[in-house]
Amino acid sequence: MEIGLAHYMTVAAILFTLGIFGVFVNRKNVIVILMSIELMLLAVNLNLVALSASLGDLVGQVFALLVLTVAAGEAAIGLAIIVVYFRKTGSIAVDDINMMKG
Amino acid sequence: MVLAGAFFYLFAALLLASGLMVISTRNPVHGVLFLILAFFNAAGLFVLLGAEFLAMMLVIVYIGAVMVLFLFVTMMLDVDFAEMRAGFASHLPIGTLIGAILLIELVLVVGSWVIVPEIAARPAAPVPAGLTNTEALGMILYTKYVYFFEAAGLILLLAMVGAIVLTLRHKEGVRRQDIAAQVARRPAETLQVRKVAPGTAIFPEQGGKA
Repeated sequence: MEIGLAHYMTVAAILFTLGIFGVFVNRKNVIVILMSIELMLLAVNLNLVALSASLGDLVGQVFALLVLTVAAGEAAIGLAIIVVYFRKTGSIAVDDINMMKG
Repeated sequence: MVLAGAFFYLFAALLLASGLMVISTRNPVHGVLFLILAFFNAAGLFVLLGAEFLAMMLVIVYIGAVMVLFLFVTMMLDVDFAEMRAGFASHLPIGTLIGAILLIELVLVVGSWVIVPEIAARPAAPVPAGLTNTEALGMILYTKYVYFFEAAGLILLLAMVGAIVLTLRHKEGVRRQDIAAQVARRPAETLQVRKVAPGTAIFPEQGGKA
């Protein structure tokens, strides 16, 4: 059976769902939540590249490059916030993060 | 073609399996390592799709920099991760429910969705013939999409400045150079000309009195 666009998009859909699932089941551990977000962004990139290859259009890959950049920035800032929070409180439990009472 | 299909299934199965391990493993360090495995397999899928540049980008930039940063932070934080897992079982039903609904929706979308032929016939940046993927991407990234490229650079600069500002701290008791204070010094504040009589000395601890 020929591997087509639908195969790649199904893989990306399952991966995105795994990311959402990870955010919900690991509600306490903010590091695993960040990793789940990385999984979701990877799924999005997979979709963009698969569509780009299938349509013969390079814009999808340019956009995937931008998504990669934003994901890297998000990981750096998120981890910096985790480190600062850990220094302040000695824990990274998400349940306790209500200092700002937002 | 058969080989490409076999590799697709290999990469896809490993990608999904390691993705599942990322969210279900007990130790976050193992989770980061499984995430690295997931990115490697995604890079394999990118190569199968003909996007070699993005595949290498994923391996070099993503695994080489971002995932190593993840690994460092996860190892640096001395957290009781077993205690973090406490709510796992209680959150499982709602997570499964939402995940299942989302997956059904996505599969329905993928299954029933068609590309309009007119769109497929008119790509915004068609893949040029006879060029490698990296060359083709470079041809449009620095010309047609140069503003996007510069925006990406600005985002990275912002992330760098933000991360440094957030995590920089000044330790107590460390002498640091204060350039503004150095520049603002005047001779009148720091220099004194004294006449020293023969046979006497000036002792600084006596307030500079002869």
